[in-house]
Amino acid sequence: MSTPINDASKARITSLDPARAKKLVGAATALLVASVALSIVAALVDRQRFAFSYLTGFVWLATIGLGALFFVLIQHLTRAGWSVIPRRQLEWLTGLLPASAALFLPVAFFAHDLYHHWMGPEAHGDPLIQKKAAYLNPTFFFVRAAVFLAVWSGLSLWFWRTSRKQDESGDKELTLRMAARSAPAIILLGLTLTFAAFDWLMSLDPHWYSTIYGVQVFSGSAVSSLAALALLTLALERKGILEGITTVEHRHDIGKLLFGFTVFWAYIGFSQYLIIWYGNIPEETVYFRERWEGPWKVVSLVLVFGHFVVPFIALISRTAKRSRFVLGAAAALILAMHYVDIYWLVMPTLGERGAVPSWVDVCGLIGPLSAGLLVIARRAAGGPLYPVRDPRLAESLQFQNT
Amino acid sequence: MNPETQSREPRRAKKPLNGNHVPSEVIDSARSGASPSVAPASVHALMGWYETPGELYKACEALRDAGYQRFDAHTPFAVHGLEHAMGLRPSRLPWIVLGGGLFGLVGSVLLAWYTQGVDYPQNISGKEAFSYQAFIPVFFELTVLCAAFATFFGMWSMNKLPRFFHPVQTHPSFERATDDLFFISVEAADPKYDRVATKRLLASLGAHELCEVGS
Repeated sequence: MSTPINDASKARITSLDPARAKKLVGAATALLVASVALSIVAALVDRQRFAFSYLTGFVWLATIGLGALFFVLIQHLTRAGWSVIPRRQLEWLTGLLPASAALFLPVAFFAHDLYHHWMGPEAHGDPLIQKKAAYLNPTFFFVRAAVFLAVWSGLSLWFWRTSRKQDESGDKELTLRMAARSAPAIILLGLTLTFAAFDWLMSLDPHWYSTIYGVQVFSGSAVSSLAALALLTLALERKGILEGITTVEHRHDIGKLLFGFTVFWAYIGFSQYLIIWYGNIPEETVYFRERWEGPWKVVSLVLVFGHFVVPFIALISRTAKRSRFVLGAAAALILAMHYVDIYWLVMPTLGERGAVPSWVDVCGLIGPLSAGLLVIARRAAGGPLYPVRDPRLAESLQFQNT
Repeated sequence: MNPETQSREPRRAKKPLNGNHVPSEVIDSARSGASPSVAPASVHALMGWYETPGELYKACEALRDAGYQRFDAHTPFAVHGLEHAMGLRPSRLPWIVLGGGLFGLVGSVLLAWYTQGVDYPQNISGKEAFSYQAFIPVFFELTVLCAAFATFFGMWSMNKLPRFFHPVQTHPSFERATDDLFFISVEAADPKYDRVATKRLLASLGAHELCEVGS
């Protein structure tokens, strides 16, 4: 099909300017060093609060990486043409997963503070937890965590390296191999993400359970990774780096996905709420009672409006999805709200004082955040900004929304 | 694309339909029932075809740049970017969809509130008579349903569908618009329309089988 709009033959910038790349990596490294120092101070001052704050920050970062891995796999699985260019930014984001394997160490260190209900001695007198002990015991917990992190890092690194290998060789066989492996990979990702959500978040209150919990965490990771992708793409466009490579058409599609998954997040969140509200069984409703009383009600309302109502209305129009400003603002809001979402899952364990933000929360976030920025900066600096020799690159360059 | 409207311009003189294998008398009588029509057949549009979407695209750009507004393209598949080449304004359909969605949302809230809260309140497991939580799936579904209906019927009415006949169908090769040819039709109602000049413009861009179609 000939559409004389985009001309793929012109020479274009394919990688970051080395000086700028070095500056980015340097800034991220400095931030990481500062954040380690801050984290140690916070952990010494308020160990318990810091453990929970760090878990929030860690899960926030890991879920963005998981959502990005999900979309990389989906693009291979569906042999998508339009997304070849933005796939590279998603591949940068999957770098958050190997980083998460290292960032999990503090969670393991604080595990007894976080999961004392079932890890500590109080579990022995609790018949309900005794029934769950075959699954919910420290040894199996750490084995599972190791498996999850190994699977995620392995998948993320294999797909990243294969894609980078194709940048060098242009071997079309690699595209087929990635498509073939994406199918089993996505099954593994679905299972590990669900059980990681059970282990790391739902077990904070070991009496309570919800079968939709994994999907809820997944919906948050999908929407947040799209928000991160939108911001990365806009940042590159703003510097004029991807000029003529990513177009308004790619932005429009990222906006559509962001809009759709915003609705999906609300849909799943409400599905969980409706069933528990309708059943009205005290051991289930306690989850929402904790989050709908006192200061937590404010946090819940912020989520309903900030994570759903406002982005939904802001992104509903085609013009809004194609606008740099509206898409960027909505993406920034959703990324911030994803933090609030994880906070809403984790912090009620601390009771009412958990609802009041503290400087320790900032310390818990800044470590994972700066590690994530460092990974993204290194990947951005280390190679082409889009898959330069992907066989479907021309299709992506010429992509048009009808 | 441009909705078909009856020409309000002074009717042009009837011309023999070049290569048209459906005589206009037959069409006229088909449209107005069994009685033989006495209304003069009028020219609807000048039509021709191109072999490639690229040629069609260039022809649309040329028509747009020459100031034509009432012309249409008929292609076997979607040609991306053609709406820009044709200079089409954004569709008004999204506004109709929004209206349908809002109607569904407001209507379903009123329905649930009136039936459950006012007209026939019931005590269901101790919850309030009008518990909005229970009806959110209804609000959602009716919003989506009404928006979908608005999309479907809005599209049909904006395209003046259904209709069993359109003058462009009388072009001798028009069935190949669903196969391998890329048609262009310039309506006689376009203020810029001139039988000779328009024909020359399209022919200079490689159009084949240019002829005027009518009813």
